[in-house]
Amino acid sequence: MTSTDRSRRPRGPGPFRGLRGWGGVSAMAGACVLTAAVTLLPLTRTTSEETERSEQRIATALPAKADDCPSPEASLRPVDDDNAPGVKAIRDRTGDDRKLIVGVDQNSYRWGARNPDTGDLEGFDIDLAKAIATDILGSPDAIVFRTIPTNQRIEALKSGTVDLVVRTMTITCERLKDVSFSTAYFQTGQQILVPKGSTITGYDESLAGKRVCTAEGSIANETLKSESFGAIFEDENEGKPSDKDQLTVPNQLDCLVRLQLGEVDALMTDNALAAGQAAQDPAVELRGKPLKPEYYGVAAKRGNDDLVRRVNHVLEEYRAGGPNSPWMTSYREWLAAGLPGITKPPTAAYRD
Amino acid sequence: MTNQPNVRPAPPSAPQHAPAQPPMPPSAPQAGPPPARRAAWAETTERLRAAATTEPGRLRIIGAALALLVVAFGAVTAWEASDRFTAADDVVNRSQPLSVDAADIYRSLADADTAAASGFLAGAPEPADIQKTYRTDITTASGLLITAATHTDGASESGRQIATLNEGLPRYTGLIEQARAYNRQGLPLGGAYLRYANQLMTNELLPAAEKLYAAETDRLATDNDDARLWPFVSTALGALAFGGLFWAQRRNYLRTNRVFNHGLLAATAASTVLLLWLAAAQTVARSDLDNAQTHGQASLKVLNDARINSLKARANENLTLVARGAVLNEDNKDKYETDYTTGMDKLSVALGRAKELADNSDGRTPVNDAIASVSEWRGRHALASKADKAGDYKTALAKVIGTKDATGESFRQKDSTGESFRQVDSSLKLAIELEQKEFDTYASDGLGALDGLAIGAGALALVAAVGTVLGIGRRLSEYR
Repeated sequence: MTSTDRSRRPRGPGPFRGLRGWGGVSAMAGACVLTAAVTLLPLTRTTSEETERSEQRIATALPAKADDCPSPEASLRPVDDDNAPGVKAIRDRTGDDRKLIVGVDQNSYRWGARNPDTGDLEGFDIDLAKAIATDILGSPDAIVFRTIPTNQRIEALKSGTVDLVVRTMTITCERLKDVSFSTAYFQTGQQILVPKGSTITGYDESLAGKRVCTAEGSIANETLKSESFGAIFEDENEGKPSDKDQLTVPNQLDCLVRLQLGEVDALMTDNALAAGQAAQDPAVELRGKPLKPEYYGVAAKRGNDDLVRRVNHVLEEYRAGGPNSPWMTSYREWLAAGLPGITKPPTAAYRD
Repeated sequence: MTNQPNVRPAPPSAPQHAPAQPPMPPSAPQAGPPPARRAAWAETTERLRAAATTEPGRLRIIGAALALLVVAFGAVTAWEASDRFTAADDVVNRSQPLSVDAADIYRSLADADTAAASGFLAGAPEPADIQKTYRTDITTASGLLITAATHTDGASESGRQIATLNEGLPRYTGLIEQARAYNRQGLPLGGAYLRYANQLMTNELLPAAEKLYAAETDRLATDNDDARLWPFVSTALGALAFGGLFWAQRRNYLRTNRVFNHGLLAATAASTVLLLWLAAAQTVARSDLDNAQTHGQASLKVLNDARINSLKARANENLTLVARGAVLNEDNKDKYETDYTTGMDKLSVALGRAKELADNSDGRTPVNDAIASVSEWRGRHALASKADKAGDYKTALAKVIGTKDATGESFRQKDSTGESFRQVDSSLKLAIELEQKEFDTYASDGLGALDGLAIGAGALALVAAVGTVLGIGRRLSEYR
């Protein structure tokens, strides 16, 4: 009878916005990497995917752009010295505090994710973090995992909230200005993930007119911004409160939700994380070749060279042993299902 | 009724060419009568002027006018009273229940989202009581949506919101079920589905439910205003009739020296009773309905608001542990932690307002309880946050949802934020029930005050009209 048609105020706070997942830092790094990618792409394309996958090797020519940063993956020589000040500071902790504090993720399946049954974190990153704790403090349990958001990784190191970050963190020249990295412990590259049976063949013209999901502020998102091949990858009202977060989402895993619901046709992320997604859904697969290689490294506070050298020492041992190395064991346990065909870890590069 | 059939017209009173034609009151002709009728009007006016030259003629005109006036008074009063009664009846029996339903839909949806997140955090198997809460909420919401839809015009604001809710609810439950299935398999994808479901709830369903609630409370306020509108026309006509009757009797007294004319006296009495009844009923009803609105409804709105905010804060608190930094807001803060804080702040503000509005200690007690529980909740949340930031997830989890008992069937919530939340929720529930009762009492009293007025107005007007006719007829008979 007297239906009231009063216009109400606009909707409340917008959808999950503003995850600047990889942050402005990686945005700039992405731009840097992309510039390099343009020159290097033909090179990677000529290598067969098989070799690229099977050997996690360092592309030495990597970020050719920045003169002062010719090879960000090159780290400090390993040193195993309990009395080096940076290591001693951790070993001198007493009682319940005698623990290594590591920043990790709890949402990246197979890398760092919480097992709902046990409530414990598990994955490739977690194994590595435990190996470091074992080496420095003698026990895999002498560790505190702090789950930190993607864009808090650098801040957490700067403020000393964590000793190390082991959290699918890509080594970039830009980040090297704020933190120190260990040698590379995993090679990855941006790739397209699609439902099996999709007509999309990879990061190419087959994306034309397709809806492609990426995480906000991610390298994948930057890549599409520079060349989308006609893909639809930005929400209407992007960045405004009315942004519905359908195509650019807060977290890469949200893309898999939208892919399963048929709200997007493909998603783009680095293949290491995509492998974790494929492991959760057997009906999706990676397509095409990975773009420009990227490397994960363990990050420490900038200038804590003692700790970086100690971690590099751990990584040397972690990689050693051929097929039975801890690295390969952990790889087989967590990643082989989603990212098959890798036969050895990436080779370490040193700058000193 | 405008003429007296038992009194023969006095010979000199009127020209006799139209015997059955009643004398018309000397009112202005209706706008734009056709020219053919203008002659008839002129004729009638002429006749009345002729009639007014003799006393019986004048009496006849006075009688007719007075009878018309009291009948009009009665009719308009009956009409206005029944209009106010209908509006008051709408308040009590239609818009208030619909507004309660809308609040229930709103609350059920928010509660379902909270239960889904709690169950998810507890892990498989989900505690039976949490599952039951979720199921009940969804059933309640879908049931009430059907009721609301049948009482609502589909093109109205409410209709549109109901359509949004009907379309979104199955999508929401689908996402929750997928979240559960993945969570049981131990896959983080479950958390992503839960967050997507929460996004749908927060950004589409809850705003629609809020708008529906607002539209229904607006409708309630409109009905209440309609019921409280003073019947000006009736009052004016009543005063006029009273004045007319008084004047006629005074004239009668001056001309005949008779103090009482029984017919006119009865008519005056009936009119006076009706006028007083009208004024009293409307005054009481207005005061009751005003109380219902300012005390009951205003408190209800604030309390419902508080309850929704406590539910949202609770859902966000749970999601903080599910997402742990996976979703950030524009300031690069954890979205769920920020939303939790916002929700708690709004809750505190609403509770402060509810305390001001509560007009007796009965109403204040549950609000004070809720305020105490909120402060306890904040304290416990700070402890949980601290544990979580220190990397002690299990302690943080226990501080938020409690610990599973041996059977895994239910949770011991002691000292958890979940316990504080339940206390806040039950205090608010109690406060809402009290205010609802207050509203119902006032509104029903208001409706009761208007009961019977319409029929009474008809009956009293009839008495007054008959009294007038008989009284004037008695005087006329003296000229026979």
